[in-house]
Amino acid sequence: MSVLSTVLALLLQTLRIAVPYLFAAAGGVLAERAGVISLTLEGFMLGGAFGAVVGEFYLGGPWLGIAIGIAFGLALAAIHAVSSLRFRADQVIVGIAINLLITGVTRFFLRLAFGSSSNSPRIAAFGETGGLLGSLSSPLLWLGLVTIPVAAWLLYRTPFGLRVQAAGEHPEAAASVGVSVPRVRYTAVLLSGALAALGGVYLAFEQHQFSDQMTAGRGFIAVAAVIFGRWNPLLAGGACLLFAAAETLEIQLQATTAVPSQFIGMIPYVLTIVALAGVVGRSVAPAALGKIPD
Amino acid sequence: MTTRVLDVPDTTRGRGEAPAPRGRLRAGLEEALLPPVVALLVALVIGDLLILAVGQPPGAVYRLLLQGTWGNAYGLGQVLFKATTLAFTGLAVAVGLRAGLFNIGAESQLAAGGFVVALLGLALPAGTPALRAIPRGLIAAALGGAAVGVVPGVLKARAGAHEVIVTIMLNFIVLALLNWIVAAHLHVPETLHTPEVHAGAIPRLADIFPVFHGSAANLSLLLTLAAAAAVWWYLFRTRRGYELRAVGLQPDAAEYGGVSVGGVWTRAFALSGALAGLGGVNFVLGYKHYYEDGFASGAGFMGIAVALVGRNHPFGIIVASLLFATLSQGGLAIHAVVPKQMVEVLQAVVILAVVVSVPEVRRLLRSSRRGEVA
Repeated sequence: MSVLSTVLALLLQTLRIAVPYLFAAAGGVLAERAGVISLTLEGFMLGGAFGAVVGEFYLGGPWLGIAIGIAFGLALAAIHAVSSLRFRADQVIVGIAINLLITGVTRFFLRLAFGSSSNSPRIAAFGETGGLLGSLSSPLLWLGLVTIPVAAWLLYRTPFGLRVQAAGEHPEAAASVGVSVPRVRYTAVLLSGALAALGGVYLAFEQHQFSDQMTAGRGFIAVAAVIFGRWNPLLAGGACLLFAAAETLEIQLQATTAVPSQFIGMIPYVLTIVALAGVVGRSVAPAALGKIPD
Repeated sequence: MTTRVLDVPDTTRGRGEAPAPRGRLRAGLEEALLPPVVALLVALVIGDLLILAVGQPPGAVYRLLLQGTWGNAYGLGQVLFKATTLAFTGLAVAVGLRAGLFNIGAESQLAAGGFVVALLGLALPAGTPALRAIPRGLIAAALGGAAVGVVPGVLKARAGAHEVIVTIMLNFIVLALLNWIVAAHLHVPETLHTPEVHAGAIPRLADIFPVFHGSAANLSLLLTLAAAAAVWWYLFRTRRGYELRAVGLQPDAAEYGGVSVGGVWTRAFALSGALAGLGGVNFVLGYKHYYEDGFASGAGFMGIAVALVGRNHPFGIIVASLLFATLSQGGLAIHAVVPKQMVEVLQAVVILAVVVSVPEVRRLLRSSRRGEVA
């Protein structure tokens, strides 16, 4: 194998690992910039993965899988938004509860729908062609890559994005100039649900099945990317790529055992704590994150 | 992110409607107890729907669940065993919340406590008398948990780092670290657990009451009661506890009153971690006699649920830990007819329903009371 093809293969592997993070982090940035805490990305992602497999298996075709996956994400996001915004429930606990809820629901219905406690039957998704071409043929890969720039454009260049920022920084001021803060926040949370769910759909399609707790903390890596990226979509996207590159490295190093894989796995979490502790420039959250004006 | 979000039912509000002391107590109790009751009713309905989805009669399944938990000594023993760990993580979360801090790291603090007590048990010479080994074990577990717990406290006090994110990230880091130590250096071949401890085993309940034969329940459950009583004393009868609650209710006012808020945060997180770490004794010294990778899995999140349903009160937490332990053991009892994962859904529903109804119940109760006065 030539050097070029090795580099290309590593690059592609990094992108494939990064796509679920990119989707979820884009959603997380939007929701948090609007002032709603996003510990639910993990749950949205898991719901999306389950919906994708159920949709593809029972309705047929990857596109219906995507639709059902998004529907799962939207449904969970609606629970999050109504609990947090209408009922003013604590957003951290709501997030944890939703993650536990979808874990339980997917396990329960995995038994019911597929008669297994570990995984669904195999699905075709976007074809069985392995290798470089197979991964590149997935439309979701490309969608994932453009999600971050689109989120940045939305946040910084559109009226909606400016309202999102106002809702997250100073909701009272936003309300005083006629912005409906609740509407902006509902929209942002639903968007985050749909986006993170797409990350889960991609994951399920890549693995051609749903398996119990298959997101395995990826939603929290996306949360880490949002914080490490200082709630800026482009920086968060960069953090996703960085974390994915570290994982690629981990997979490559597994054969050598020079560095224990557990240590490379820690990189995103350590970097996030370092960023929060302000070792190299502080990472500061939107001012009204988690707060709801009376 | 706001931290002082989980309101504790308190009687120190002054909204112009000053009810008589007894009325105030009743009002506090109503506010505290209504949300969990509402949540249980909601969970019961959702449970009905799930059971019907499987095509089983709900009444019979619920009866099976009760029989398999409180209906026989083995089931009860398992409930008590699970409740012991949950009560510790619940107390840990509650101490944090009383100080206005969210400790989502109870899982890794529990694991660290279990790991350190196992290390101590391996280091002690075989035949060390229980009366010497067990107290040291308790201290080791508490120190292990506190060592992990104090990190988010210090980072918040010194750098303002938000404890929710720090504790979540720390969970991943500490669990990966413990996994590496055990897998690379300390495991019994073909397993992911350490060798058995040489000393410090805590007697099983079955050693005293043979009827509990086979269940994991052990005398650490007495430790739970002692810890709950001690936490109650600390929170409500000591100056430090008063400071802790003052910081939880109004950090600025507490600071103005001469309390070092950062110091309280650090102390509260160390205490919270120590309580979670103590829970490791139940599994390591009371049950398996070794540290096993993943033994703490899920106990941290369930601790949040327990603190929430127990309304952050030590005695409420004991009751709530029994409730969640019953659900979790009950899942195994019904597994032959309904997938045991049903109880995971119900546990999440209880959490969601409580957290949603807490502010709602308060609003409704207060507006109705104001109506009575007017």
